[in-house]
Amino acid sequence: MVIDFGLDPVVVGIILAMSLATYATKAGGLWLLGHIDVSPRLESALKILPGAIIVSIVGPELANGGPAEWSAAAVVLIAMRWTENVLVALLAGVATVLLLRALL
Amino acid sequence: MSEESRVQTIDFSAAGIRRGFIEGTPIALGVGGYGIVFGVLASQAGLTTTEAVLMSATVLAGAAQLIAIELWAPSMPVFAIVVTVFVVNLRYLLMGAALRPWFRQLSPLQRYGSAFFVADENWALTMGKLTSGSRRGAYLLGSGFAIWLFWILATVVGAIAGGRIGVPAQYGLDFVLAGVFIAIAYGLWDGRSSVAPWSSALVTALVTAQVVPGRWYILLGGVAGGFVEAFRFGD
Repeated sequence: MVIDFGLDPVVVGIILAMSLATYATKAGGLWLLGHIDVSPRLESALKILPGAIIVSIVGPELANGGPAEWSAAAVVLIAMRWTENVLVALLAGVATVLLLRALL
Repeated sequence: MSEESRVQTIDFSAAGIRRGFIEGTPIALGVGGYGIVFGVLASQAGLTTTEAVLMSATVLAGAAQLIAIELWAPSMPVFAIVVTVFVVNLRYLLMGAALRPWFRQLSPLQRYGSAFFVADENWALTMGKLTSGSRRGAYLLGSGFAIWLFWILATVVGAIAGGRIGVPAQYGLDFVLAGVFIAIAYGLWDGRSSVAPWSSALVTALVTAQVVPGRWYILLGGVAGGFVEAFRFGD
């Protein structure tokens, strides 16, 4: 078994900062939003953020890819539609990438 | 306030925790799939098993953790990582606010202790229960604890497996991170209402990736999507 038990202080610091940032949002809604009103407009904007950020990650990444990555992306979407299972979809996508990289 | 006074009174009991845990376990198993992927990718990015587990145990936010791994680099763009994590998690503000009518009845410890265990899946489950009249205030904690447990276990499995895999590209693992984001995006897609904000995010990200150094295009694209959604709202 290869289990790496190491802890880098810088990494631990980043992880703790991430956990504080996350907890602030989770507890903040219970606390802060009792005191201020959130307009439906702002609510809608906050809800869209995860999707918008993920699109911003994937878009440039795929733009730098080629036909193998583009086809694999399509396969992941199709597999998600069929199975709704992320592991199955990822395996199908990775298989597509490997196959097409070998062929093209 | 009249809205809130009509809310049923809730308790905070061991029975509520247990019920939440039992009913949360099936969805926790589903979340575990993402946990395995996270563990593999975290170890590929250079995190040790302990570090990956520490992140899963203390952050407990799937999309945010995967995005942090995406941004992870030897130079450690700490500020970019923390700010992006915060922004992607801003939706939790709304989820917490939705719980408020019931949770204001609980003690601060019960309320803010439960808040740590909020994840998209058990929040939706709990809201369904509360809005249909359940009095189990500890349901969120119980179901969240199930998710937390399986999330950590899955991270361990993934991190150990990831540590045994060699050169990423050889196995197509370099595609996995893009693939998991595409799978998440599939779940977040909300039909025609997503078109405008998502395409503005995409265009902004593509353009700023060319002109702004580093990975700030991710945050800029996301924020652009948020602004377009706010602007578009009500049309």
